[in-house]
Amino acid sequence: MEWETVIGLEIHVQLNTKSKIFSGSSTAYGAEPNSQASAVDLGLPGVLPVLNREVVRKAVKFGLAINAELAGQSVFARKNYFYPDLPKGYQISQYELPIVGRGAIDIDLPDGTRKTINITRAHLEEDAGKSIHDLYSDSTAVDLNRAGTPLVEIVSEPEMRSAAEAAAYMKTLHALVRYLDISDGNMQEGSFRCDANVSVRPAGSEQFGTRAELKNLNSFRFVEQAINYEVERQIALIESGGEVIQETRLYDPNKGETRSMRGKEQAHDYRYFPDPDLLPVDIDDSFIEEIRAELPELPAARRQRFIEQYELSDYDSGVLTASRELADYFETSVTTAGGHAKVCANWTMGELSAALNRDGVELSRSTVSARQLGELVARIQDQTISGKIAKTVFDALWNGEGEVDQVIEDRGLKQVTDTGAIEQLVDDVIAANPDQCEQYRNGNDKVLGYLVGQAMKQSQGKANPQQVNELLRQKLD
Amino acid sequence: MALDKNTVDQIATLARLSVDADDNAAYQDELGQILALVDQLDAAATGDVAPLAHPLELTARLRADEVSETDQRDAFQATAPAVASGYYLVPKVID
Repeated sequence: MEWETVIGLEIHVQLNTKSKIFSGSSTAYGAEPNSQASAVDLGLPGVLPVLNREVVRKAVKFGLAINAELAGQSVFARKNYFYPDLPKGYQISQYELPIVGRGAIDIDLPDGTRKTINITRAHLEEDAGKSIHDLYSDSTAVDLNRAGTPLVEIVSEPEMRSAAEAAAYMKTLHALVRYLDISDGNMQEGSFRCDANVSVRPAGSEQFGTRAELKNLNSFRFVEQAINYEVERQIALIESGGEVIQETRLYDPNKGETRSMRGKEQAHDYRYFPDPDLLPVDIDDSFIEEIRAELPELPAARRQRFIEQYELSDYDSGVLTASRELADYFETSVTTAGGHAKVCANWTMGELSAALNRDGVELSRSTVSARQLGELVARIQDQTISGKIAKTVFDALWNGEGEVDQVIEDRGLKQVTDTGAIEQLVDDVIAANPDQCEQYRNGNDKVLGYLVGQAMKQSQGKANPQQVNELLRQKLD
Repeated sequence: MALDKNTVDQIATLARLSVDADDNAAYQDELGQILALVDQLDAAATGDVAPLAHPLELTARLRADEVSETDQRDAFQATAPAVASGYYLVPKVID
């Protein structure tokens, strides 16, 4: 039988505010355990939560970026459950009136097509603390520094049909929250976390199958792996006469499989009710308009602009605008180079990306700055160096050997454009290769490439290849 | 509204309360009476009334995003039953 996969994602994004959603504790990552857990975060008696304005602004910013309905009034609710890293016995979240309503985002699929994924809602909530189970043999250690960190939970419609689509959606959202500067998106530190609801149904069926909720999908790769494993598991189960049960399953990246978290199901009775400690939040039009005015250029718009302004292909524009940092880098290099966008794009996507990948370096820590890359391109364009020599200069810059002009000067890499010098070179090559010259004169044009190569080699790449080419032709023809 | 035994057990489980089987009937009765009292509200016509999230007709005042808290871990942990290396310790919980 043909099966269709149905996937919906819930993505938790930590907002990059200085302080927590309901208290003045710092949200900085990596502090001493419990040194950033105040009375409010600990849920001590008699405290009152007070909402952080920046949290609301960032959520609204996200809502505007996905063209969502924004609630006039938004309400916080208590989600009740017991766990040691949730000191109050409830999580402050949103239920009936989330801050961001229905919206949508376009994703690019691996096959080159584009698909719109609808977003059901995005609501604000507080993060829980961290339980560490393997630190002590007979106790669980609890660190409440993370408790109260602002989260926006983004819930998609079940509209993705493959693991690859789910990963594409996740990447698009990840790029968006970084563009908007509402989250650092750091997946290792848990700033961007994903749960996936996965089910299968016979192809053509309208009805959804029973879904499993996959947890712990903290990289783009794990999302794909976990979903693919889970889809295979569900199909095999149904085809062997079994039935999928609705449950939460944990992905184990070491084994590459999902396994049931038994016992959690009956506790899924959260008894939501409006939090009496918090008044409704009023999101008025002037507040929304003020934030709209601050919106940066979004990835889709920037991509379109790159196509028009720099005459780049859709593919190149997509690669360069995949992250705000890369797009900024590219644009700075173009400005420094005084144009030549296509050349800058090739260098950014080629040498630079290759070097970053090879050495496992983030763009923000690149030793070759955007300005330097722009200067390098400018030197190619004004014929100070050839494209080939430019790679040597790039490597030198990458190894921290100083500035572009200085490297060219110190290493004597300047292109030879002096006609006299090139003429001497060409004469030498003709004298040294009488057979090849004869072949060329007899009509074998291909040999010219060999002769140019010999001349370039003798000049150690510094001769201007066009000039060599022209002179050779003149002398041989 | 009448509550059955299972509902009382379920509520107790969710609240992490242990209820003696002998007391279950009494809880059914007492909780049922509370619900009956609240049920009287159903008599009011609320068809045209928007749901009220909070009894005060006010909206939230928002605070500036500033770190105003200092580290008071030692004071907070002085009253905790068990701590080690800055962590709160609780009986082992396995996911």
